[in-house]
Amino acid sequence: MPTLVQDLKARLGIFESDADRVYGLLAEFSDPGALLHAAEAVREDGYQHFDTHSPFPIHGMDEAMGLGNATGVGVLAFFGGVTGCVGAYLLQWWTAAVDYPLNISGKPFFAVEPSVPIMFELTILFAAFGAVAGMLALNGLPRPYNPLFYSERFKGATDDRFFLHIAASDDQFDVEESAALLQRIGAQHIELVKDDGTMDA
Amino acid sequence: METSKKLPADPSAPAPSPSGDGAPSRLVKGNLSFHDITEMVSRHAEKKAPLAWYVAFSVALSGTMLLLGLLAYVVWNGIGVWGNNQPVGWGWPIVNFVFWVGIGHAGTLISAILFLFRQHWRTAINRAAEAMTLFAVMCALIWPTFHVGRVWAIYWTLPIPNQMAMWPQFKSPLLWDVFAVSSYFLVSLVFWYVGLVPDLATLRDRAKNFWRQRILAFFSLGWTGSNRHWRNYEKAYLLLAGLATPLVLSVHSVVSFDFAVSVIPGWHTTIFPPYFVAGAIFSGFAMVVTLMVITREIYDLKNVITLDHLEKMNIIILVTGTIVGFAYITEFFMAWYSGVQYEQYAFINRAFGPYAWAYWIMMTCNLVTPQLFWFKTLRRSIPVMFVLSIFVNIGMWFERFVITITSLHRDFLPSSWGYFTATWVDIGTFVGSFGLFFTLFLLFLRFVPMVAMAEVKGVMPQADPHYHEHGGNGHAEGDGEPYIKPAEPALAEAHRGNGAEDTEAPST
Repeated sequence: MPTLVQDLKARLGIFESDADRVYGLLAEFSDPGALLHAAEAVREDGYQHFDTHSPFPIHGMDEAMGLGNATGVGVLAFFGGVTGCVGAYLLQWWTAAVDYPLNISGKPFFAVEPSVPIMFELTILFAAFGAVAGMLALNGLPRPYNPLFYSERFKGATDDRFFLHIAASDDQFDVEESAALLQRIGAQHIELVKDDGTMDA
Repeated sequence: METSKKLPADPSAPAPSPSGDGAPSRLVKGNLSFHDITEMVSRHAEKKAPLAWYVAFSVALSGTMLLLGLLAYVVWNGIGVWGNNQPVGWGWPIVNFVFWVGIGHAGTLISAILFLFRQHWRTAINRAAEAMTLFAVMCALIWPTFHVGRVWAIYWTLPIPNQMAMWPQFKSPLLWDVFAVSSYFLVSLVFWYVGLVPDLATLRDRAKNFWRQRILAFFSLGWTGSNRHWRNYEKAYLLLAGLATPLVLSVHSVVSFDFAVSVIPGWHTTIFPPYFVAGAIFSGFAMVVTLMVITREIYDLKNVITLDHLEKMNIIILVTGTIVGFAYITEFFMAWYSGVQYEQYAFINRAFGPYAWAYWIMMTCNLVTPQLFWFKTLRRSIPVMFVLSIFVNIGMWFERFVITITSLHRDFLPSSWGYFTATWVDIGTFVGSFGLFFTLFLLFLRFVPMVAMAEVKGVMPQADPHYHEHGGNGHAEGDGEPYIKPAEPALAEAHRGNGAEDTEAPST
């Protein structure tokens, strides 16, 4: 059984190798449609630790992989925005009314109205930082080491090739059976990726 | 590729959209595969630059040197070496600042607003336009930074504790500007970088050289095109677009507050925020057209940045130019209707006073010449749009000149009237800022994928998962092994020879 931490990491696309340092099976499919059907088949077969790799996002792949809606980034962006807005308010209020109050014709030391532009700008700025930092955190990036990089063919994943990767950390993973499944659903080329850099076609 | 670029324009060729719901006309011309896109875009960042690049770069770099030298001269002697004086304390530096910030707006508009409106044609130009935004904002930030006079004290504009134990004046529009423009720069930077990550990964996977591969690996963050990543990535990109949209509209509004919150006749008007934003988009799109016309020519990207893209941008120039012209006329009406003598004089003085020449250059270039884009043949003609887009930016620079200079040179008291003249340092630093802009833009063209490859691939018909159920596999011939095809005119001819029925991607 994968532990809770392993499952959480798998949701970020980070899988652990098994005792034999096998990282998983990497199968190549011919086109986005074939990859979509393959992902559906693999999920229906009960696999959970798998991922697809494509040069561009494929419409409908989230449903095919059973991933559901990605809400994390939005939540983090929201909290970033709230931080920026409240922070800008406190900054302007504290500097003008508390730390260095200037009495100008008896006017109030602080007013909301002229503070709005900076509150607005910092809301946007921090929400944007929240969205980007949240996206990177939820994706487990930056991730300089990835056993998939050992595969020569995998270089095409950022060009014009479409891959499905079943991780060895999945409960159901079995080199022979999983490979047979991938063969059955139309993989053009299958290779076994190991964490020590060796490869079996 | 030029030979095949007119292929889909053939009316007898039906749109290759087998699922029936695709776009009626293709965004990418000439039956290209995914790999062709990678090849067409990446090779420019990998091979040696063409001679034209070196020529342009040396000219641009000389301009940058001129800018740096003259800024040192300004710091050494004080900003009096610019023409700024009483009564015109805001001379060319502020004109140039507003001009450059405005140019930047088109990039964000293309990348964010058109994204939200699902205008897929933006994918071909958004990368270059966003880069243009960043470089234009850098050029803009030079001016207020040096215009403060004591450039070493510029950090006083930020809320950093300093030796005076004082804080910035948050009620000042000039300080709002500091926050607006720097937030705008940072958000544009992360937006641009997030968009770049998948393309940098493409370059990384193509890299032959060890260090090149390492450096690209560092910047591409270990991107593998994983769907678990694309999922969050697309969300973040959508959110950034949603955040950048109000931001870009706010930035030029805040810039206009620099003028509108004052009590100078000709500045103190509520029309300024929308009018400045429309002007910014107008000038920015003109700059994008100028740059794209040259880029697609030199880098052979006519199949990706097509005439349709340029035509759409010209329509936006026509629309925003008309809005700007309408604003000019509205300003006049409001000055008359207000019944305020000083306001009325400010506008009569603009059109018929000592700076009438600048006013009529502005009117001609912004209101009159863009109207030529009503004619389809003119807005699809490369030479016409090139000249008109340059006219627009001349006009928009003069718009800021007219607003800044004419309002200041004659205000309430005739005893303090004066006439502003630019000095050679004004001219030199302004020319130098173009040098900096083009230096940065040329470096971008040389080292960064200039078209968003992942996004372009995503809007091609083969990217639809249902496309392939009708045959065709997204690859060109072969089993997906690397190959280089598009450069061979013979193959392009062969496609043409297949004629109108060749509507699908080349099949295996």
